[in-house]
Amino acid sequence: MHVVEAEIREPLILGEKSYNDITEDVCAPIEGKANALWYFVFGLAGLLALWGVGNILYTVGVGIGVWGLNKTVGWAWDITNFVWWVGIGHAGTLISAVLLLFRQRWRMAINRSAEAMTIFAVMMAALFPGIHMGRIWQAYWVLPLPNQFGSLWPNFNSPLLWDVFAISTYFSVSLVFWYIGLVPDFATVRDRMVKPLPKKIYSILAFGWSGNAKHWNRFEEVSLVLAGLATPLVFSVHSIVSMDFATSVIPGWHTTIFPPYFVAGAVFSGFAMVLTLMLVMRKVLRLEDYLTLKHIEYMNIIVMLTGSMVGVAYLTELFVAWYAGVEYEGYAFMNRATGPYWWAYWSMMTCNVISPQLMWFKKIRRNLVITFILSVIVNIGMWFERFVIIVTSLHRDFLTSSWTQFHPTYVDMGVFLGTIGLFFVLFLLYSRTFPVLALNEVKTILRATGEYGVKGSSSHGHDDHHAEPVVEETAAPVVEEAPVEAPAAEEAAEESTETEEESNDETSEEGDNEENKEQE
Amino acid sequence: MSKIYAMYDDDATLLHGAEKLVAKGVHIKDVFSPFPIHGIDPVIGVRKTRLAICAFIYGLTGMSLALIGMYYFMIVDWPMNIGGKPNHYFYQNIPAFIPITFELTVLCTAHGMAITYFLRNKTLPGMKAKNPDPRTTDDKFVMEINTAEAGMDEAALISELKATGAIEINKA
Repeated sequence: MHVVEAEIREPLILGEKSYNDITEDVCAPIEGKANALWYFVFGLAGLLALWGVGNILYTVGVGIGVWGLNKTVGWAWDITNFVWWVGIGHAGTLISAVLLLFRQRWRMAINRSAEAMTIFAVMMAALFPGIHMGRIWQAYWVLPLPNQFGSLWPNFNSPLLWDVFAISTYFSVSLVFWYIGLVPDFATVRDRMVKPLPKKIYSILAFGWSGNAKHWNRFEEVSLVLAGLATPLVFSVHSIVSMDFATSVIPGWHTTIFPPYFVAGAVFSGFAMVLTLMLVMRKVLRLEDYLTLKHIEYMNIIVMLTGSMVGVAYLTELFVAWYAGVEYEGYAFMNRATGPYWWAYWSMMTCNVISPQLMWFKKIRRNLVITFILSVIVNIGMWFERFVIIVTSLHRDFLTSSWTQFHPTYVDMGVFLGTIGLFFVLFLLYSRTFPVLALNEVKTILRATGEYGVKGSSSHGHDDHHAEPVVEETAAPVVEEAPVEAPAAEEAAEESTETEEESNDETSEEGDNEENKEQE
Repeated sequence: MSKIYAMYDDDATLLHGAEKLVAKGVHIKDVFSPFPIHGIDPVIGVRKTRLAICAFIYGLTGMSLALIGMYYFMIVDWPMNIGGKPNHYFYQNIPAFIPITFELTVLCTAHGMAITYFLRNKTLPGMKAKNPDPRTTDDKFVMEINTAEAGMDEAALISELKATGAIEINKA
């Protein structure tokens, strides 16, 4: 049951919470009113989103000639943005699936929001190939549907088609995984709602969840199997995205290192975006007790690790370009570092290779301001990475007469800024209407890794306002089990929680705990 | 048939209580909780779910669909010479089919399993929740017992429940 963690581990839930406190803290934003700052940010994001929608409509109406693309550089900001957004999405699945399989308890406070981020990011990503087609109303041609051209099928040997299947599978499976976890939490919100309309809405969303033993039995099985499926899925998706480039014969793209390099880069940028969002969210929604410094430190360590992997990949690419002795390959990389796009290359190198190395210092890992700044820098760097890969490889092709530069138009920029706005609109709406922590999961770790459980002061006095005679009858004298020191104190821990039946109150007062410690 | 709902405020208390009651021959019909109580299933006789078996079957379906589909599109119906890549026989073309085969396998498994899960749970949009008390989705844990299956009379059962640490007992 409640495996109590060793005392040297930092608690993952601070402030001696009860189960009810968790519910209250997480439901507060849903039940309360948004403040002026929320409306301000929402308004700003909304304006940006509208500007983006306008630019998208303009693009669709007039054609992609309004972008800065030319005959040589046929992919630029559009595909850069696509890969950037898909990459950001990867952290959500990594947190919810991979860390579930590894039984990392710290994932539970962040998985819900990280998955929300995944879903919104993949929506933004999917937009770009769609509008890049030029005739978005014929987007269904990517599907193998019987047609009037003698049944001409899409090319199943093409990574671009693999990508269609990968992204749509990834999006829909992430959505289902997210929703299955949300159902019990929607039930919690439903059972608390007083006003009839919100209650009605949340009871529809909660699907009639009752939380009986069989429900939970199936819930755990489904979560585990979906995590097992999502784990290879998340790696496959960005591998396939990388094959869009790697299977072509363009110098700088035609590289076998691409799949692992892209996956590491995706996790890197995704965790950076999770940090950007979480650092704001924990403050605004007052969730500092659940998204603790320890959580931020863990995420920073992952940023550092994946950032180093990306750094190694960059250096490997350079080495191979030299060692392979192919002059075109060698030129492509020389051109990246010293050609007209040197500034993009060196921004990428600085942001992605050097900046995460600062995380070796514990002081920096646990500094909120520096973490926030670095998380934004990493995402800027990762945007440049994709820009460097795409544009510098294309702009000087095999025919020197067609060498050219890429200049983005305001429509290019508008569409990109618009997706950022749209992403924040969706995330801000989510943060006020959805339970932003996985309630049912966080509650399971309260006893084991909450401050409450770690300190072993689980029996906090018998000061109940409970007039229940039942309790009074059975109230045994408080036995202090003090089970914490022994790591294998499972049995003892159970008993210590058992003594808790005497303390039915949800408001654990500091004073009572002090008393208990004195008794000890 | 009348039912008794015993409410606890801790999962461990309920679990120990359930073990004691079952040892005394009480049949516990169901348990409602805000999160999964690990270890309760064998005590109250909930069998392991077979959803994973379904998932495997859906996965096989997805894989077959993908392979048969691509065989028909690319080899039988309209073979295309794309950059001289082999397309005469299925086995020659299989490496290029692996990514989509994998994606469709995952797609069918995940969605098939999710649909089965919701149907088996009887949880669909607009369904009515059956938890006896709204607090069971917050911080309370409720045991449901049919008095007819308790193996003892109601008064004895209630005192047994109280002895296990129930904080509230309701009849329905």
